Amino acid sequence: MESQIKQRILIGVFIFIAFIYVIRLLMLQIFDDSYIRYAQNNVLQEQTIYPARGLLMDRTNDLLVYNDNIYDLFVTPEQVKNLDTNSFCDVIGITKDEFIARFERIKRQKGYAIYRPSIFEKQLTIKTYAKFQEMLFDFQGFYVDVRTDRKYKYSNAAHIMGYIGEVTEKMIENSDGYYRLGDFIGISGVERTYEKELGGIKGVRYVLVDSKSRSQGRYKSGEFDTAAVAGKKINLTIDQKLQEFGETLMKNKIGSVVAIEPNTGEILSMISSPTYDPNLFVGRERGNHYMELLQDPTKPLFNRPIAAPYPPGSIFKVIMSLIGQQEKVLFPTTAYGCGGGFNYGGLHVGCHPHGSPLPLQSAIMVSCNAYFCHVYRTVVNNPKYRKVEDAYNKLYEHLASFGMGRKLGVDLYSEGTGFVPKATYYDKIYGRNRWQALTTISLGIGQGELGITPLQMANATALIANRGYFITPHIVKKIEGKKNPNPEYNIKHWCTVDTSYFPVVINGMEDVVNHGTAYIAKIPGIAICGKTGTAQNPHGKDHSIFFAFAPKDNPKIAIAVVVENAGFGATWAAPIASLMIEEYLTKKHNTRPALVERMINGNLIRKSIINDSATIKTSKN
Amino acid sequence: MTQQQLKPARIDWLTIMLYIVFVIGGLLCIYASVYKETNPYIYDMNMNYGKQLLWIVISAFIAMLILLVDEKLFYAFAYGFYGLTIILLLATFVIGTEIKGSSSWIRVGSFQIQPAEFAKFGVALALAKYLSGYNIDFKNWKVKAISFLIILLPMAIILLQNETGSALVFASFAIVLYREGLPGWLLVIGVLLIVLTIVALLLKPLYIIISLIVIASAFLFLVRRTQLLIFLTFGIVLFSSAYVSSIDYIFENVMQAHQRTRINVLLGKEVDLKGAGYNVQQSLIAIGSGGAFGKGYLEGTQNKFRFVPEQSTDFIFCTIGEEFGFLGSFIFITLYIVLLWRLTIMAERQRSKFNRIYGYSLVAILFFHFLINIGMTLGLMPVIGIPLPFISYGGSALLSFTILLFIFIRLDANRVNELKNFE
Ligand SMILES: [Zn+2]
Repeated sequence: MESQIKQRILIGVFIFIAFIYVIRLLMLQIFDDSYIRYAQNNVLQEQTIYPARGLLMDRTNDLLVYNDNIYDLFVTPEQVKNLDTNSFCDVIGITKDEFIARFERIKRQKGYAIYRPSIFEKQLTIKTYAKFQEMLFDFQGFYVDVRTDRKYKYSNAAHIMGYIGEVTEKMIENSDGYYRLGDFIGISGVERTYEKELGGIKGVRYVLVDSKSRSQGRYKSGEFDTAAVAGKKINLTIDQKLQEFGETLMKNKIGSVVAIEPNTGEILSMISSPTYDPNLFVGRERGNHYMELLQDPTKPLFNRPIAAPYPPGSIFKVIMSLIGQQEKVLFPTTAYGCGGGFNYGGLHVGCHPHGSPLPLQSAIMVSCNAYFCHVYRTVVNNPKYRKVEDAYNKLYEHLASFGMGRKLGVDLYSEGTGFVPKATYYDKIYGRNRWQALTTISLGIGQGELGITPLQMANATALIANRGYFITPHIVKKIEGKKNPNPEYNIKHWCTVDTSYFPVVINGMEDVVNHGTAYIAKIPGIAICGKTGTAQNPHGKDHSIFFAFAPKDNPKIAIAVVVENAGFGATWAAPIASLMIEEYLTKKHNTRPALVERMINGNLIRKSIINDSATIKTSKN
Repeated sequence: MTQQQLKPARIDWLTIMLYIVFVIGGLLCIYASVYKETNPYIYDMNMNYGKQLLWIVISAFIAMLILLVDEKLFYAFAYGFYGLTIILLLATFVIGTEIKGSSSWIRVGSFQIQPAEFAKFGVALALAKYLSGYNIDFKNWKVKAISFLIILLPMAIILLQNETGSALVFASFAIVLYREGLPGWLLVIGVLLIVLTIVALLLKPLYIIISLIVIASAFLFLVRRTQLLIFLTFGIVLFSSAYVSSIDYIFENVMQAHQRTRINVLLGKEVDLKGAGYNVQQSLIAIGSGGAFGKGYLEGTQNKFRFVPEQSTDFIFCTIGEEFGFLGSFIFITLYIVLLWRLTIMAERQRSKFNRIYGYSLVAILFFHFLINIGMTLGLMPVIGIPLPFISYGGSALLSFTILLFIFIRLDANRVNELKNFE
């Protein structure tokens, strides 16, 4: 009897335990589907296929940027066996202490697992990679992953092309998870503006892996895989030869050059000096080089042509000549006398000696200060307008139509607006209705509060060359597989000055080069129209400025050159512009070897450094 | 003994059928757990399944041998078997080979033998013989003491070999002693103490004491209170509180840091991603991802790609769970319970006390393995490395379980001829 009860109790216990296990199985296998996901995480490895980044070429299809393999060393800690640490450290080029420190660092990283690969050393040199491959079997648990990085064929145009770098946490967040830690992205220049086109689209491959992360074949024979789409080839508008020549001329100088094809708005060359070798931003020293450049007092990373504003100096007189005519206060025959300057009600603006009185065309040629103070006065004090303020606003409107005091919309990152004061700006200083032409007279000769970027100067030159319109300057000419990639770069932006007012001004500019202040820029056989400028610089020696276009009829190139702290426009800026025009139009730059020599050897950088920081401060406005 | 007419032996075919199903099923699971498309031959002697196939053949041969010999042999040589296993156990200290940190193996050619596996049936035979002897009354304290000694001797040696799992299996003989007269409340108290110990290690003692007082108060509020009951309840609460506190004290102050870590990992308080915690997590993933009907034979990614550790030995149930799903697991558990039930009935129908005690030993050992092994893969039991009988890879285990089972089938087959001659 008792034994029967005991037997039943025992069988009861067996069934009870079995019941508990069945309930547990129900929970695990039927009611909880998270284990299916865990199991997938275990065996499914998502491998990213990186597309080749798009190539960059110049307007003549000369290759500028291509891709080069880089080699990252990975380690799977669990698979490291019988490692000869000494020979390993020798090959990689690190000390034993560092080897240990690396492992400690890897262990602290997010997502670390002993059976998963972690990056051990980024971007091995090709030599190290070759040595490593030879000894691969001695270094179990280590392997090299090949990625591509940028390689620059020429050491030019660094600011235009920009550079790529690893994405930051913030970029990853903003990209909706497209970018992953370690991915490259365009940080500046064309690499940044055209990231979408150049970057291509990453592909994904799903691979089954075992517990040691060893590949066990495709998942569902590649049903969910996507192929990578390579980045698009892009043709820049720049002419590599012109760019290279210009950079040589600008060596050891602080300043900018912008050259534009007037009838298309294509930027033929854009130089920011001092520049740097774009190859510095490749490879594992990338970060160090960046810090060095950042700390350089000449600010090589600052993209001067599109961001630094300068007082335009005398080249502004050309603009005022056009606006004065449009406002009907100036005619080609208008003549003003100049007795060594502008004297009006106790105000004096100096001028150099020249014949007097002069009509408009000649006044441009000799760059008479007195003449253009009168022009400015008549424009701002124009009785046609009820108030000075209204007349000044009209002037502002004209200037804006020339592309001044605003962003033009170039396809490059960090474009500046420059600075043209509004009427309210003077209201703040002098009080409403308490200022007039004479109060702001220095504006008439391009001095004072004005700030124009070299890009805006070159654009204004192109506008004059076109006799009244400009096309927004841009840097990309062609994108592979895209017809008319940027329709906004086909639009003619007409300025507020009629075409009929241009010839007299252009004739004056031709005279400037043929027998005026920029005689040094004259090239036999090419009709160059230009104007020198000398921007007063409160912090040191004046900036040398020149803008020009050529040939006079059917112009092919419009150029603006600024050389900081270099003195008269004729000394440095005009020769550089002239040489670059010659190079572009005739493909020759050896007709004036002495001049080339003098430009290349001119070292103006030491004088500039002291003043540079001050200049850049004003540029932030 | 008087000469009598022997009736023909009646072998219990149901048990043998179940045995065959388990062994063949086990082989298929081992095959699945190390399956590679490049090497699909089940008789490959370099692979686990090839070796297991060989062990199955050997086991079948031994099983037939057992069915042919005179069943009195087992009675006669019971102590001899017991002595032999003890000697083999001791021999491992001298000629043992260390495998995975345990020195419990003896190498024979390319195979290893684990004497600990055979010690189980040594104990089963010796205990059965001792308790079925003349004038042996289990109520006698001396008999109890000797019974315990028979069980504890090999258990202690195996513990010294660092094979905690195999040693714990001997605790299952408590079931046999229960059937033979050990009071049930002693067993219940033993189980309760184990549960209390685990709870004490998992929770802060204060919480446990508060819950005990609440439960006791609720209990006294609900039932008719007698003075004895109140005193008894108070006593139990007082004792439990003291016990829990002292366990906590020992754990915090007496034990070393590494011992604490080991216990924490065992209880799942700490996740050791390389050790036991990782094993259980991967085991749950494999079983859980099997779903209702499984991924299909040879399609289980978790087993195939080695995420489950010890997948052909201790965690073989993962293969069943992943590839055959809930349905397969349910059928397996049901079949296993049917076997235990069948064996219990068979044990009870024995006329001889020797046969009955031996039968219960078999049931107890099989049940204990089932309880711990399946519980471990389901994350309900601590990770104690013991195989799933007839299924797990391992020659020693298969052979010893086969011998254990077939001796009983042999004894049962001849039960009709048994007088109570051994009593
Ligand atoms: Zn003058």
